Amino acid sequence: MTDASTHQLKTNPRSKWLDVWREFRNHKGAVAGAIIFFGIVLLVLVGPFLWPFEPNSIDIRNRNQGPSLLHPLGTDQLGRDTMARIMTGGRTSISVGLAAMLLSLSLGTAIGILSGYFKKLDGILMRFTDLFLSLPLLPLLLVMMLLFREPLSGTFGPEKGMFILIVVSIGVTSWMPTARIVRGDVLAIKEREFILAARSIGGTDAKIIFRHILPNVFSPIMVSATLGIANAIITESALSFLGLGFPPDFPTWGRLLNDAVEFIQLHPERVFWPGLAISLTVLSINYLGDGLRDALDPRIRGR
Amino acid sequence: MLKYLVRRLLISVPTLLIISIVIFLLLNLAPNDPMAQVPLTIPPEVKEKMREALGLGQPLYVQYAKWLVQFMWVEPQVYLDHVLGTTMSEGQQRIFSWQTRSPVMDIIVQRLPQTLWVVGMAYVVGVLIALPIGIYSAYKQYSVFDQVGTFVTMIGYSVPPFFSGVFVIILFSVQLGWFPSVYDTLHEVVDWETFKFQLRQMIMPVMVLALQVTAQISRFMRSSMLDNLNQDYVRTARAKGLSEWTVVAVHVVRNSMIPVVTVIALNLPSIFGGAIITEQVFKVNGIGQQLIIAIYANDLPTVQTITFMFAVLIVVFSLIADILYGILDPRIRYD
Repeated sequence: MTDASTHQLKTNPRSKWLDVWREFRNHKGAVAGAIIFFGIVLLVLVGPFLWPFEPNSIDIRNRNQGPSLLHPLGTDQLGRDTMARIMTGGRTSISVGLAAMLLSLSLGTAIGILSGYFKKLDGILMRFTDLFLSLPLLPLLLVMMLLFREPLSGTFGPEKGMFILIVVSIGVTSWMPTARIVRGDVLAIKEREFILAARSIGGTDAKIIFRHILPNVFSPIMVSATLGIANAIITESALSFLGLGFPPDFPTWGRLLNDAVEFIQLHPERVFWPGLAISLTVLSINYLGDGLRDALDPRIRGR
Repeated sequence: MLKYLVRRLLISVPTLLIISIVIFLLLNLAPNDPMAQVPLTIPPEVKEKMREALGLGQPLYVQYAKWLVQFMWVEPQVYLDHVLGTTMSEGQQRIFSWQTRSPVMDIIVQRLPQTLWVVGMAYVVGVLIALPIGIYSAYKQYSVFDQVGTFVTMIGYSVPPFFSGVFVIILFSVQLGWFPSVYDTLHEVVDWETFKFQLRQMIMPVMVLALQVTAQISRFMRSSMLDNLNQDYVRTARAKGLSEWTVVAVHVVRNSMIPVVTVIALNLPSIFGGAIITEQVFKVNGIGQQLIIAIYANDLPTVQTITFMFAVLIVVFSLIADILYGILDPRIRYD
């Protein structure tokens, strides 16, 4: 880039993020993924305000209807509009995904930076990470759901309590890959000259970490974030599908799928919509993450 | 190598111990009462006795130690007795399920074959499909095959088994009626007809699990191939005049398989986790389904034992993966 700038002095300096954006735009799958994902988010955010039906309003006369103009996705066994339920369910599923991702990301980043930066903590924190990686996560998640559901529902109310429980359990069981990746990057960055320079002018550890190390490990964290959302959405749906997630009258995508499976012989199409919503969301996030990874790390483009 | 092996083995012992403590504490410190379902008419002193009969009156560390001894010492003896016909375990307390009042290990032994058949078959099928896809799509990078292959693996990666499973049930059993939607465990293979039935009922769960395996492994295989295809030794091999087949199949694939083999070993335990959901969808009564039943019934000894067995699987397979890596790649030195 230094060569180019001597020839074209007039052009503005290229920033890293502009480069990333340019690279990201070239990845068709990633752009499509981003559009679809933000479309889904917009739909579930705004949709319920505009939609004429309430997700939980029972209309027993219009139960078990197929798709029609009034109910484009039909109604369920209590006459509740499926479209409204999908949109409200999506709110919960996506907010669980985002919240769990934020928690696991902060945990992973904190542990990764601490163990990469402070040599004394490295051994113990990495053993801790290995230990978590050896835990059978899905069985433990199920057990956590079962055991802590009632006390938390009692304290925070059934929906809020469940939300907290699911977010925290997914968060504390999915931070390990982030921690490992961040640690690896911190180990490399720590040896670079600008860290030495920062230290030689009297920068404290906290300042070095927040000013110089954190911005440089931002790319792997962003990629982890996208994968984290996808993982959290799938885990939440799996828990709800197994009947250990949110309470029955509270729609989430996994819950809707679980409810629909009971009617699989009579109304097979009902399974399709929540399943499609989950799959499409996760697929678009994965493509988004793929494109982001390629754009942020030029060495692995096309892998 | 041997030194490393011994050290790894020694490390995995405390790891397993700590995991068992974590599982035990999580289950036992949680606000949860196995006597909650007992009718209210039972007087408190009887309730207290029942609690003691379940071993709940003692301090936590005694409970933990007992469970550990039963799992690590008594149950292997029972197994040896069964195999060798000896009577070592006679009169010793085994781990009993609260729900069925029978030894947990007996239930697991009854249910393990179904899980192993479905999961094992799915894994083999998945890997066998994944490797050629990964190899060819890396060899023809950016070709139509590669694009389609990447898209299909992305779908396999993103569609959760509880949807793909339900979807194939709708398609193949409800609409087309080709395969049974419920797995019949009592079915015994005695002749060609029953074998065909067994095959038909296994196809759907195996395919659903295999799709996930394929997605993960073929992605990995592809990127590992891409790493190797641009290396100097490949150019050298071509320059020597070796046939393209020899270059790719002998030189590149062999080198690319090194990380893939370890991933295959590492991923195996997580497939057991995925099997929990698949078993639930297809009503296969394997250990995954038993775990769910036990969780619903508050049957702590069963949950504890099955969960710990999953943990043992994870630790053992990560050990195997490490060792395989050392054997396959002579550049890795452990000392």
